[in-house]
Amino acid sequence: MTNHSATATDVRPPAGLTLPGRPTARRRPTRAWRVAGYAALVLAAAALLLPFYWMVVSSLKTNNDVFTIPIKWLPDPVVWRNYADIWQRSDMTTWLGNTLLLSVAVTTLQVLTGSFAAYGFARVRFPGRDVLFLAYVGTIAVPWQSYMIPQFVLMSKLHLSNTLWSIVAIQAFGAFGVFLMKQFYETIPEELSESARVDGLTEFGIYRRIMLPLSRPALASLALITFVTTWNDYLGPLIYLRSPELRTIQLGLNTFVSQYNAEYALIMTGSVLSVLPVAVIFLLGQRYFVEGIATTGLKG
Amino acid sequence: MATLSRPRPRRSLVWRNTVAGWSFILPNFAGFAALTLVPVVALFYLAFTNWNVFGVAEWTGTANFRRMWNDASFWTALKNTVYYTVFHIPLTMAAALGLALLLNRKLRGVAFFRTVAFFPYITSIVAIAVVWNQLFSPEYGPVNAFLRWVGIDNPPGWTTSADWSMPAVILVGTWRYMGYYMLLFLAGLQTIPAQLYEAAQIDGATPWQRFVNVTLPGLRHTTFFVTVMLTIESFKVFDLILVMTQGGPGQSTLVLSQYVYQKGFVENQFGYASAVSIVLFAICFGVTLVQFLVNRRVER
Repeated sequence: MTNHSATATDVRPPAGLTLPGRPTARRRPTRAWRVAGYAALVLAAAALLLPFYWMVVSSLKTNNDVFTIPIKWLPDPVVWRNYADIWQRSDMTTWLGNTLLLSVAVTTLQVLTGSFAAYGFARVRFPGRDVLFLAYVGTIAVPWQSYMIPQFVLMSKLHLSNTLWSIVAIQAFGAFGVFLMKQFYETIPEELSESARVDGLTEFGIYRRIMLPLSRPALASLALITFVTTWNDYLGPLIYLRSPELRTIQLGLNTFVSQYNAEYALIMTGSVLSVLPVAVIFLLGQRYFVEGIATTGLKG
Repeated sequence: MATLSRPRPRRSLVWRNTVAGWSFILPNFAGFAALTLVPVVALFYLAFTNWNVFGVAEWTGTANFRRMWNDASFWTALKNTVYYTVFHIPLTMAAALGLALLLNRKLRGVAFFRTVAFFPYITSIVAIAVVWNQLFSPEYGPVNAFLRWVGIDNPPGWTTSADWSMPAVILVGTWRYMGYYMLLFLAGLQTIPAQLYEAAQIDGATPWQRFVNVTLPGLRHTTFFVTVMLTIESFKVFDLILVMTQGGPGQSTLVLSQYVYQKGFVENQFGYASAVSIVLFAICFGVTLVQFLVNRRVER
């Protein structure tokens, strides 16, 4: 369906939708409303940010300064040393290395197989396609927690448990990537591939030369979201990775917390380091996160 | 469906498309089938066996389910999961919708706020749980410091108290997810045509009437999707609780997923754990199905 003038029942925004403030004439809120709006905004922002503020500030405190009465809202003295000590006191390097390796491998596989499969679902007509897609979508209503036991049994039979491969296997073939890419492909006009077909391009050629270049924003969304999800995953590594040298950052951080549970400042230092890469990626690619979520969410 | 509605294509074309379609889908589907579909099916076999890691799986019929019926811990886990769900869904929904309405106005700093609101969602559970445990610290934590400051002399013990650990987890859950659902609502709000608001205003509708008669109906699709996602997300709640409270104190925050984990991976009772998984599976699937049917009926 094309995007003609909007009706109330079925309105689908164009793919590259931008989020706040649309350019339509909208009544200007009265002064009192504006003030109330700003007050609410500031309050909500404070509530959302306070934990992060606490994390960063505590990571720069001495251990005894973390919990004080009254609370010290600024570190004094500023203990930069925490950020040097953490590398000695923990296996941070191993954890970060493992996590980076996993995140890159999973993201690459997910983007490749996901965008490939999505083309099959979005553009090739063959019997059984819609039933198959329903199976994909249906698993979104099935939480991983409910089939983690048989999955673990299967992986153990394949001798993959307690290897990094297990995490690659369970994360790389999710339905999410297929779903997101299919939603995006369907916004690309069919005529484009139709005329390419007339020009003699194979289906693979159409995917490679037309769809892929056009779907760069969606690919970016998928890559970023997958990377962050894998980076943050705690349950998969918890179940599959038993050897200390295989630990990911989340697993490592949690063992560190239970080992040194009174090292309040250092625990926060570790937390900051575990969040930092994700924060940087998010701030750089924010647009893609937002668009990816809006696409999958809206049309779900 | 799409295949049938076309004028009957030549047989060779159907064949060619089937091969093309499957070759696109196969790389992803192979992994998806092996690691998701097969385990889901296997779940329904394992649940009727007494399998632990060492022995062989022996068919025991409904023994696991009869055991579950008399298992007080199972009922506690189910009750706690429902407790979490019943509060998490409306709280998150209200917060997300409220924030989305706020951001949809023309205020300064909206883009910044959107980033802030989304931040908890992309931060790993481990880091979040660790920070919130410090914030909730009964004696010296800032949450209770604040409560004392506003005049509550005897603030709750949060994660150290059997009565307050669940509210603490619910609060953190809401804090984490409201930014994500806010984005979905925001995207939904932008599909409501401004003309409808103008017309309502000309008819003399109050802001509240505009909200009830224009905004809410316009958000029907989004609200439906959000409800489904929130329900599944609440019933499968696991990592947040595992890291924040480990189900304690006592069994005060023990939830279904964690009980599966406990029975399966800690006590090696894979058969019984699978039976509990089926309950989790059935709840998520059933609730989603009911919501879909209700949504269809309302739509008509």
